[in-house]
Amino acid sequence: MQDLGEAFRVAFALVMSADPDLMEIVVLSLQVSLVAMLVACAIGLPLGALIAITRFPGRGAVLVVVNALMGLPPVVVGLLVYLHLSRAGPFGWLGLLYTPTAMIIAQVILITPIIIALSRQVLEDLHTEYAEQFRSLSVPQHTAIGALLWDGRFALLTVALAGFGRAVAEVGAVIIVGGNIDHLTRVMTTAIALETSKGDLALALALGLVLLTIALTVNALVMSLRMTADRHAHA
Amino acid sequence: MLDRPHLPDNANGLASARAAACTLDVRGLTLEIKGERLVDGIDLSLPSDALTVIMGPNGAGKSLLLRLLHGLIAPSAGSIAWGGLPLDAAVRARQAMVFQRAVLLRRSVAANIEFVLKLKRGAGGTRRDALLRHVGLFEKRHQPARLLSGGEQQRLALARALATDPDMLFLDEPTANLDPASVALIEDTVVDAHRRGTKVIFVTHDIGQARRLADEIVFMHRGRVVEHAAADRFLCDPDSEAAQAYLDGRIVL
Repeated sequence: MQDLGEAFRVAFALVMSADPDLMEIVVLSLQVSLVAMLVACAIGLPLGALIAITRFPGRGAVLVVVNALMGLPPVVVGLLVYLHLSRAGPFGWLGLLYTPTAMIIAQVILITPIIIALSRQVLEDLHTEYAEQFRSLSVPQHTAIGALLWDGRFALLTVALAGFGRAVAEVGAVIIVGGNIDHLTRVMTTAIALETSKGDLALALALGLVLLTIALTVNALVMSLRMTADRHAHA
Repeated sequence: MLDRPHLPDNANGLASARAAACTLDVRGLTLEIKGERLVDGIDLSLPSDALTVIMGPNGAGKSLLLRLLHGLIAPSAGSIAWGGLPLDAAVRARQAMVFQRAVLLRRSVAANIEFVLKLKRGAGGTRRDALLRHVGLFEKRHQPARLLSGGEQQRLALARALATDPDMLFLDEPTANLDPASVALIEDTVVDAHRRGTKVIFVTHDIGQARRLADEIVFMHRGRVVEHAAADRFLCDPDSEAAQAYLDGRIVL
């Protein structure tokens, strides 16, 4: 409990003083996870929509695989990305290992299945409502996908947030492919792991509190957006 | 008849010319699901110049027939042809349907019409505004469609169907549970579309509505067409006991 009290004091002091090191870590964390979320959404949302509105042999198996991939162990993803980006790996020539780009790649692999699976569920429900009307209007498939993505945008924001939450809180993959290098690839989770291993639990907890605050803020923003959407009957 | 703004013809020319002398021919139309014949060997010839109303008790197969005619459901057997052409994608693209419960996009009133106009490469803002004025929704064009009342939603659904400039318009009990003003406006719009050359097939339980709208009535019972007659004759003196019972408000056995 003493550590917790100390953590609050340290966290408050760090945030209030706008400690440059802390800000650098927070900004990099947000940058990496936001870019990963955007890339995962660009890949996952159209795929989720496609699976939602099409019926094809093996669709059930695809759903099982996508759902299973939601639980991908981050260290396994980190290891696979490491093997591909290390000098001996097929993409070693790109020189991406221990860069924020490698961390983004790992996070994209981790959260894309989440975006696909959750958006598929959201859009399938919406498509159930629209399907007969779309068939009546002879709406082409690509137009139907676009319409579903647009009309489901507020619900999909929650899906994107789930992906962001998974990305920003993840440590196993980014520590393997990023290396937790100070001023280069150190993000909040890897910094927490480092400070814990060094025994500076107060600083580790302080970073954890900042991470929690960011998560709460993002959630509150999305919730207020959804409430606005409900008021306008778009939800 | 309500006094409403005139709906201009679209860029493709007068609607009245396009459906002239066409007939919707249905031969041996059957829908069988799990061994049960829900639509049973229907033969019909519905001319384009008659406003057809389909009536019958609940479970008679009216809505299923409408969906079959619109190509939303594939029949187990039988054929459908419009003007001698089979019901393919090209023919379906010239049809529209209004469902009992309006399904509107989560967008503004105007955007719901624009979606269809873009789809059909329609005439854009001018036609959109004309359609909205026609159904009395122009002033609400910026409102979210799903905040409209039930009657307004159904009028928007009808305007959206008309935005496709259809040769054939199917309506599945579009005025069920609506207030008299909305019913009158929808009926007025449907009659107007019919006068402009769109073949209208309208499902209703409302005998008064059938009396107001129908040129001919198709009466269904247990998946079959029991009677197909001119409206006046059917409503005054139906041939079948089932139709008489239906019109008298008795249970149809």
